[in-house]
Amino acid sequence: MYLLETRNLKKYYATQKAVDDISFGIEPGKIFGLLGPNGAGKTTLLRMITGIFYPDEGQILFEGKPFDPQNDIGRIGYMPEERGLYKKMKIGEQALYLAQLRGLSKSEAMEGIKEWFVKLEMESWWNKKVEDLSKGMSQKLQFVTTVLHRPKLIILDEPFSGLDPVNSNVIKEEIHELARRGATIIFSTHRMEQVEEICDQIVLVNRGKKILDGTVKEVKQQFKKHLFRVGFEALPALQETPVFSVADASKDGTLTVKINDGYGPNAVLQSLMQQGAVIHSFNEVLPSLNDIFIQLVESTPASRQFLNREASMANGR
Amino acid sequence: MNKTLIIIKREYLSRVRKKTFILSTLLTPLLFALFFAVVIYITVKNVRNEKVAVIDPTGILQQNLTSSKAVNYQFTTDADTGNFLAKGFTAVLYAPNTGINNTGNFKLVSEKSLSRVANERIEKDITQALESNLISQKLHINPKQIDSLKQQARTISIDAVKKDEMGELSSSNFDLASGIGYVTAFLIYITLFVYGVMVMRGVMEEKTNRIAEVIVSSVKPFQLMLGKIVGIGAVGLTQFLMWIILLALLFSGISMLIPASVMEQAAQAGGGMGGANAQTSDAIRNIASAQQTLSSVNWPMVIGSFIFYFLGGYLFYASLFAAVGSAVNEDAQDAQSLTFPITIPIILAIVIMINSINDPSSTLAVWASIIPFTSPIVMMSRIPFGVPDTVPYWQLGLSAVLLVAGFLATTWLSAKIYRTGILMYGKKPSWKEMIKWISR
Repeated sequence: MYLLETRNLKKYYATQKAVDDISFGIEPGKIFGLLGPNGAGKTTLLRMITGIFYPDEGQILFEGKPFDPQNDIGRIGYMPEERGLYKKMKIGEQALYLAQLRGLSKSEAMEGIKEWFVKLEMESWWNKKVEDLSKGMSQKLQFVTTVLHRPKLIILDEPFSGLDPVNSNVIKEEIHELARRGATIIFSTHRMEQVEEICDQIVLVNRGKKILDGTVKEVKQQFKKHLFRVGFEALPALQETPVFSVADASKDGTLTVKINDGYGPNAVLQSLMQQGAVIHSFNEVLPSLNDIFIQLVESTPASRQFLNREASMANGR
Repeated sequence: MNKTLIIIKREYLSRVRKKTFILSTLLTPLLFALFFAVVIYITVKNVRNEKVAVIDPTGILQQNLTSSKAVNYQFTTDADTGNFLAKGFTAVLYAPNTGINNTGNFKLVSEKSLSRVANERIEKDITQALESNLISQKLHINPKQIDSLKQQARTISIDAVKKDEMGELSSSNFDLASGIGYVTAFLIYITLFVYGVMVMRGVMEEKTNRIAEVIVSSVKPFQLMLGKIVGIGAVGLTQFLMWIILLALLFSGISMLIPASVMEQAAQAGGGMGGANAQTSDAIRNIASAQQTLSSVNWPMVIGSFIFYFLGGYLFYASLFAAVGSAVNEDAQDAQSLTFPITIPIILAIVIMINSINDPSSTLAVWASIIPFTSPIVMMSRIPFGVPDTVPYWQLGLSAVLLVAGFLATTWLSAKIYRTGILMYGKKPSWKEMIKWISR
């Protein structure tokens, strides 16, 4: 059963279809990447999942039942991109306040805060104000306030922006840890290398529509161009063959070859060996998510053309 | 705990604990008291003892021209315009030598013009002296007899003057009432702005910091807005209660420190001050006479309605300020252009209030004190004149009901703008768009 499922979700603004018929399902304990260019409708989609907006049409199912923001919101943690904290408030009080708004009692909240502060080495911050923190530190605090109430579903919008590699890794570890303990994580980002590293499943939206859905492996298979990289001791002089064509030859002694339809990798190796080439390495070249992303998005206009100003208002960021 | 309560608590505590709040709460009454003390001191200092030589060939002023602290008269024959300074006089007063029947020709010669206080004093003294002399000469009655008669009459009429059938107040009560009216109405005016803008800034902070987005994923936007408005309102109320207590303490302290005679002198002198000081000296006079007439004011009514109109007016306008805060981004200029229409009725109310102080029963004052846009300020200027004489119960009741209905309406309206505006980023919305948000 899916933890969260959307069925034919639609949200139209006056002149624009911000979210247009999007369906997907996320299994419990998975890390889910929601990708898309700016203005694709990600924020609107997330706001519907967090109960801020109501969908015009379609259904959101949370743990198999229709999503009820009033009751289910306590099991969701949402971290918007950047900031999201009171600058003048003390760190400890701030974490306590946000936890209480999530429905935790004071003692439960205190317990959770202490645990997290110890884990992320933030104990000495309690009486500091947010304005005294660096961007990375406040990002850490924000992460804590998001996951403090042990939500089943954690929604993170660009969680690594502004974090140095060390802190990025700390947060990444925590995300994996949370997923291992059964939390489901939705990740909204356009940093593809992070997605490849972290996500189990991705959905790519553009112009309000879902244009890609699957695990990272599936997606890569789907978009592979049958390219293989072959490493040689010395670049051989190759004869024309029906098995493959050379896509790229590089100076360090590797060839990128494209296998023609009807042949497999073994046929390539056979053909190369017959020609007496000494092979060092042989790998499949899968497209990076970045390439796929660009390929898919570029085929449609990169950003939406706004029909009027209202549309830009309605679409938010 | 209810989530709105948690929000109220945060809004309240985060402001009350600020140093600026503690300082302004403690220092404002002190500054207020200090200001009055300085004004009283200066006024008292300014009363000089003028020595006036009186040349009175026919004796029409004789006997009955009495010197006072401010003006000391000396009847002489050898002083004239040439030598009065050398003889230590500040002025020479020439009485006409045409006898008591022709009294128009008094002449006062001085080097520097005398203060208005002294001038008025001299004029009054002369009139008094002439009156007494005329009574004794023409009617052959001892003026002292008349005085005692008058005194008697005055004693008898005190109760009657206070509230006659016309509902007019005695003059000292009128001054006190207008003084209280001014102060309370201005306080409401200032607080509407101060706390209204505080609400607006709070909302803007939450919006630009994207905290609103986090919070409205756990509470309803309306709860967030209401929590902020109520929390800041409680801050204002706390500040007022502190001020009332501190001022009461300070005033009882001051009236113990300043002897009654000084206050009296200030009261007399105050009436004559001209120019820019007129209002402050008016206020001093009010306070001085307040010592005699304080009991004539219905304090529970004044304080009670002050708190009601402060809260009502605050709630009425604060939600509008919240709506503006939700509609704009960091840009202070955008905020300014949107708050402008809100500030117009507040400023209009102050203009009407100044009018209504002088004529609290005028049609304009009555209607402005009933319509909720202006009622908090204008009604506050009328209430000290008396309920139910100046402000009948039906007016007070209608005004109160309309104000409550008014703030419910503005809150409802603002909530609609707020819940959309708080999540919108980008350019400032137009009026047309905001109206669309309301009707959605």
